[in-house]
Amino acid sequence: MLYIKCPHCGMRSQNEFSYGGDASVKRPELNKEISDQDWDNFVYNRKSLRGKHWELWQHLSGCRQWIKVERDTATHEIFNTLKANEDIS
Amino acid sequence: MTQSFRLENVGLVNRDKKLSFKFNGKTYYGYEGDTLASALIANGIHLIGRSFKYHRPRGFFGAGVDEPYAIVQLYRNGETEPNVKATEQELFEGLEATSVNCWPSVNFDIGAINNFLKIFLPAGFYYKTFMWPKSFWYKVYEPFIRKAAGLGVASIKHDKERYEHKYEYCDLLIAGSGPSGLASAYAAAKNGARVILAEDKARFGGTLLTSEANIGNKSGKEWAEGIITELKEMPNVTVKNRSQVFGYYDHNMLVMSERISDHLPKTKKFHPKQRLWYIRAKEVLISSGSIERPIVFGNNDTPGVMLSSAAKEYLKVYGVLVGRNPLIFTNNDSGYESAIEFKKNGVDPIILDTRKNPQSEIVNEAKNLGIKIKFSHVVVAAQGYKKVKSADIAKISDDKEQVGEVENIKCDCICVSGFWTPTIHLASQSGNKTKFNADIDAFVPGISKQNEKTLGAANGVYTLDETLKSSFETGYELSKKITKKDNKISFPNVVEKKSTIHDKFWCVPLPKGKNYKRFLDFQNDVAVSDVEIALKEGYRSIEHVKRYTTLGMATDQGKTSNLNGLQLVSKIENKVVPAVGHTTFRPPYTPVSIGAIVGREVGKHSKPTRKSPMHSWHEKNNAVFVDAGVWLRPRYYKKGNENLFEGSKREAKNVRTNVGVCDVTTLGKIDIKGPDAAEFLNRVYTNAWLKLPVGKARYGVMLREDGIVMDDGTTTRISENHYHMTTTTAQAANVLSHLEYYLQLVWPELNVNVVSATEQWAGAAIAGPKSRDLLQKLFPNFDVSNEGLPFMGYMEGDLFGVKARIFRISFSGELAYEVNVESDNGTFMWKKIMEIGEEFKIQPYGTEALSTLRIEMGHVAGSELDGRTIPYDNSLEGLLSKKKDFIGKRSLTREAFTTEGRQKVVGVIPLDKKTSIPEGSHLVKDSNAPLPNPKLGYISASCWSVEYDNPFSLAILKDGKNMIGEKLFVMSPLKNKVIPVEIVSSHYVDPKGERVRS
Ligand SMILES: [Zn+2]
Repeated sequence: MLYIKCPHCGMRSQNEFSYGGDASVKRPELNKEISDQDWDNFVYNRKSLRGKHWELWQHLSGCRQWIKVERDTATHEIFNTLKANEDIS
Repeated sequence: MTQSFRLENVGLVNRDKKLSFKFNGKTYYGYEGDTLASALIANGIHLIGRSFKYHRPRGFFGAGVDEPYAIVQLYRNGETEPNVKATEQELFEGLEATSVNCWPSVNFDIGAINNFLKIFLPAGFYYKTFMWPKSFWYKVYEPFIRKAAGLGVASIKHDKERYEHKYEYCDLLIAGSGPSGLASAYAAAKNGARVILAEDKARFGGTLLTSEANIGNKSGKEWAEGIITELKEMPNVTVKNRSQVFGYYDHNMLVMSERISDHLPKTKKFHPKQRLWYIRAKEVLISSGSIERPIVFGNNDTPGVMLSSAAKEYLKVYGVLVGRNPLIFTNNDSGYESAIEFKKNGVDPIILDTRKNPQSEIVNEAKNLGIKIKFSHVVVAAQGYKKVKSADIAKISDDKEQVGEVENIKCDCICVSGFWTPTIHLASQSGNKTKFNADIDAFVPGISKQNEKTLGAANGVYTLDETLKSSFETGYELSKKITKKDNKISFPNVVEKKSTIHDKFWCVPLPKGKNYKRFLDFQNDVAVSDVEIALKEGYRSIEHVKRYTTLGMATDQGKTSNLNGLQLVSKIENKVVPAVGHTTFRPPYTPVSIGAIVGREVGKHSKPTRKSPMHSWHEKNNAVFVDAGVWLRPRYYKKGNENLFEGSKREAKNVRTNVGVCDVTTLGKIDIKGPDAAEFLNRVYTNAWLKLPVGKARYGVMLREDGIVMDDGTTTRISENHYHMTTTTAQAANVLSHLEYYLQLVWPELNVNVVSATEQWAGAAIAGPKSRDLLQKLFPNFDVSNEGLPFMGYMEGDLFGVKARIFRISFSGELAYEVNVESDNGTFMWKKIMEIGEEFKIQPYGTEALSTLRIEMGHVAGSELDGRTIPYDNSLEGLLSKKKDFIGKRSLTREAFTTEGRQKVVGVIPLDKKTSIPEGSHLVKDSNAPLPNPKLGYISASCWSVEYDNPFSLAILKDGKNMIGEKLFVMSPLKNKVIPVEIVSSHYVDPKGERVRS
């Protein structure tokens, strides 16, 4: 079970969180034309990286904040966590 | 029966407490402090089971977790448990155990034919033989194998025992209470660290219990007792015996199973049987020791052949002799310790040492004691079937390739020592890349991936002095890092015998003309010849060899077999052992009972049960409940002998005729506040929200980004910047997360807050032609006329002093309202509605009638909004705004979603107007078409229409738009039904919405 540092609450066990996928995905702006390909990339296509990966988690049974977590998908090592409004460096 | 192999005044068992127990129906006696194994051996019992494949007799091989043979079926307090190791099961009064894997009995076993008829089952036997002919599998092979094989029988009864889970945090978790565990725990605890020390066995001390070394001026055992006593009194230390740390998971999370009651005849009241600990440790010290390695020789699985360290443990801890005529077969000094112990207790052992001329203190001591030693000698084969009777021994050449003339000597047990294998399971599980240490012919932990260190024998350090020194130091250093304290305790002086190097010898060659079975894996009956076959057949990877031969795949996970297997592969392949590599160590280190893994989360406790504030009223009024997600909801209120069908029909009919009331507390409710709330709703829902006035409700549908309907519900504008959203019962939690996602990550510029209010409000739906009359009487001072409170209107009222929210919304095809009050007033509201509703012939209705009413009016719900349908499929396309963007809108233009003939919700009526249509049935054009019959759609929901008194269903049907009036067939192979049906509009009742607006 992972041990995740919520930027709001501190170190908490994985079972308080839910996974939310790739954090680098940006939702296209509303009311803007977008090609089928770009829309498909947003909705479906993910890189499924092996290695360092910025991903979203929600601290569901805690502060309910969505956070960004940099995790190695192969080793589960967590390098960094950020608040929702902080940019991935 | 007397304990004829029990020594007087030796061992740690409590001789004041005699215990009786039964093995295979026969009564024996032992003492408190015995294991089942030690008590059986005390009674001279060495035949305990049959081997898995060949059904060869099985005795005891070890004295602890490494035991491959002595697995029994245990009976305790009316319960039975399979896969119990006799070497780990502590004796209690009244214990009963039986042998496993033997039929009809352990003494006469039919499966042993496999052995006598020499139909040996070589590697891959199951793959090769039982594949053909195919029909034989069910009739012949499987019943035979099932009857004759297996490691016990799992109980099918409900387990009455309780199992607990516990979460714990500590600075240092120390796995194993041998010398390294005690020393590091003591040093760290004295320096202020929070320590958990876990010991698998009942007694603390590990090898110190059987060691001859002295620490300070005490024996090892006394020193261990002193340390444990001190540790137990320290507030920063948790000391746990009968506790196995079996798994090392990510981020220094370890799991430990504590056997709290397994050693007692009966679990004490309010005590759990076992407790599973989830421990998050800052640092982990692995002090799990080492396991003695066997030497491979002919018939080395005969009962009476066992590890030399086990023989010593039975003697020193339990006061039990494993034989009176022991033969010690060793390649190192450890075997001598057992021999000397026998000698001290008046038993004359013979030592066979593979080494030519070892020089060490202990060898000299043995010589001085007059123990008979044969150097450069090996056991070629054990003789005897159900127990060792003699041994064929021979001289071995200096190159260890040839055995000399075979001589038979009498003995009743053969105690083997092939040196020591560090227990690296936990380190390996943690991600540590283990490395091969050629000095000890075994793998040891390498570079740590997590915060773990391995100490003492588990790290390949076999001298007590060095072990204690490094363990004291490590405990001190790690605790200093965490506590920033600097209390260092002084290191005691260790007196131990110096040993000399072992002989790198692990397998006795076969003498000419002999073809003894030489076993590597004792539990799965894998012999040297099996591995040879696997390699001949082309298997190369050790992982493949393991699976093909089943080497190391039994419940003991090859604790005594893995390294010898590797030695064999490396020899045949002419590779060094590290190049062969070892197979992966996976948790659990020892078998863990399913009960402990599940914990308290069984039956009703597997999920929390949520009940509405009116639950006890429902109970008192004969509600039959149904699980709706985690909620319990009334399905119908039983009157007399009514069944579900009759009851729900009565309730639904009463709504259509008079008025009914339904508990709708379970609907998800989300409070939405903020100046941008309208804009937010406008993006979340598919329809327009910017112009909804205060005091009005609106029905809305929300999509996922892929265009699939996520949820529906009504949202009401309570005040300028305040909305009350309802969701379906099932989707409440997901919708909240969904809203939070967009507010926090996608549109943080929107000034909106959302919070769940599901528990804060109790809800009652009042539906039926007389609902307004009832409402007027409930709120006499408010104007609830069609003008005062129009369809989709909202008002705040006063229900006899209780603040209430009144929504005019309907999902039943009738004039209807929903009244919400604060949860604490829920029962008050409900009782008022029932009391005042009496004159209008009100009846409560449950989810079944609720469902009937919504199906009849064609209102889509969970069975249509099933995560696969888009708005069009549900005839909700009218709710798609063309003027604005919303979540998921772009996906609706995808080809599959816009194609001609797209599926759509329709109504279905059987032509005979009588036959009920099973949900999940398929719709087909021709019921006699050859299979696979093209499927046009499926029945999503069915009811008995109370309006028309005939069955009515909803279906998702291909090209549903153009199918109205068509005649099709409903086919349900599960129910074996074919029903001719007509397709009609999904809006069966109140198609124009006149009633709801009346
Ligand atoms: Zn948090």
